[in-house]
Amino acid sequence: MDKTLLVAAIKNGTVIDHIAQGEGLKILRLLNFYLHEDLVTIGLNLPSKALGKKDLIKIENCQINVEQAKQIALFSPLATINYIENYKVVRKISNTLPSQISSVLICPNHQCITNHERIKTYFIVEQIGSLTELSCKYCCKKFSKEEIKEFISDRN
Amino acid sequence: MSNKFAGRDLVSIFDLTKSEILYILKKARELKKNPKPDLLKNKILANCFFEPSTRTKLSFEAAMLRLGGKVIGFSDSKITSTEKGESLSDSMKIMSSYADIIVMRHPLEGSAMQAAEVSSVPVINAGDGANQHPTQTLVDLFTIEESQSSLEDLKIAFVGDLRYGRTAHSLALGLSNFKARMYFISPPTLSLPEEETSDLKKKGIKFSFHKSFEEVLDKVDILYMTRIQKERIPYLEYQKLQSQFILQLPHLKKVKKNMKILHPLPRVHEIDIDIDKTPHAYYFQQAANGVFVREAILALFLGGNIG
Repeated sequence: MDKTLLVAAIKNGTVIDHIAQGEGLKILRLLNFYLHEDLVTIGLNLPSKALGKKDLIKIENCQINVEQAKQIALFSPLATINYIENYKVVRKISNTLPSQISSVLICPNHQCITNHERIKTYFIVEQIGSLTELSCKYCCKKFSKEEIKEFISDRN
Repeated sequence: MSNKFAGRDLVSIFDLTKSEILYILKKARELKKNPKPDLLKNKILANCFFEPSTRTKLSFEAAMLRLGGKVIGFSDSKITSTEKGESLSDSMKIMSSYADIIVMRHPLEGSAMQAAEVSSVPVINAGDGANQHPTQTLVDLFTIEESQSSLEDLKIAFVGDLRYGRTAHSLALGLSNFKARMYFISPPTLSLPEEETSDLKKKGIKFSFHKSFEEVLDKVDILYMTRIQKERIPYLEYQKLQSQFILQLPHLKKVKKNMKILHPLPRVHEIDIDIDKTPHAYYFQQAANGVFVREAILALFLGGNIG
């Protein structure tokens, strides 16, 4: 049987594979890939031996950095990140959980000062058993990653 | 040790180590005994209250005046440039150029942290929304130590609104430095949030939940009462809860001799006024102690020569 790629291969760029099902669009927004000018392809609910179903993102002409890889790990710790050159994997990026994350997430607490002033958000990330806990430096509230729904789109 | 505090901010009780907490309490005791009317002469406190307060604001004001300092400030954000759309960051930068120390209360959580980041002088948090109120915690700890001669190994019951009441949260966490045994008595809808209980568990504190006073009153050294806010629960439920959460004279029949009742005030109905004249009532002393503890805080964080 012919093997056909469900999401077209890219010549140069980054492939984020084995994204937990449902987290693909979140990662797309998290890293502002929707603003990328070259080809971005996304596959949702693709069959996966390891995960059952998975999401996948391919970004042409873009090498994501270690900081971005850590942000991906926050939402999908099992995701794999590969740099592609001339259709081949040339480097694998490890995506360990960050110890802190700033200027990316929006605090879900509406009473938090960061939702009212122009101020960089800052969360301390802690892994407690299977749970990832995010503590806002300002309002001191703790959140699970599932409670984080919004990301800062203008990070300049 | 006073140099350790000079120029620092006090945003949360977690900014202080156990030994620093004890040092502040010691200095407050000394100032209560031996007033120092010239200690902060020529120093200016900016009392920035973006929302109303009486006790906290006035006790800081009294503390500064008793130490010979001067006070500027406001108690209503409507009369400030905030109304014109000025950011908190800009307001506090400007305030820090007018004064030597800032005391701030603001309705938004995390506002004190932001003010501390932009201010060139120490910022003392006098309450940032439902988040932190560290000086109240220090007042509570001072009063507990004064009434029990120690902070170690005490048994303390927290009563009332333990879900939204920030004073109970902060005190529980502050007392966790001193191996207190804690009892939490509240309606199920107003019980201590899981976030706080998990912090206590991490610190190895023993605690339990109870539905009424009677289950623990004979065991405790401190009964920390808080106001149940009517608006938080349905009226009928509030009526039903009154007998369980309003402290009355008959409740005191079997309590320990040293047991003291504290309340961050304002009191509404939760402590019957007949209790005021018993030796167990200690909430008015607690309010009075606010001045001495805030004197110590102002003096230490301003780097005053406190001896």
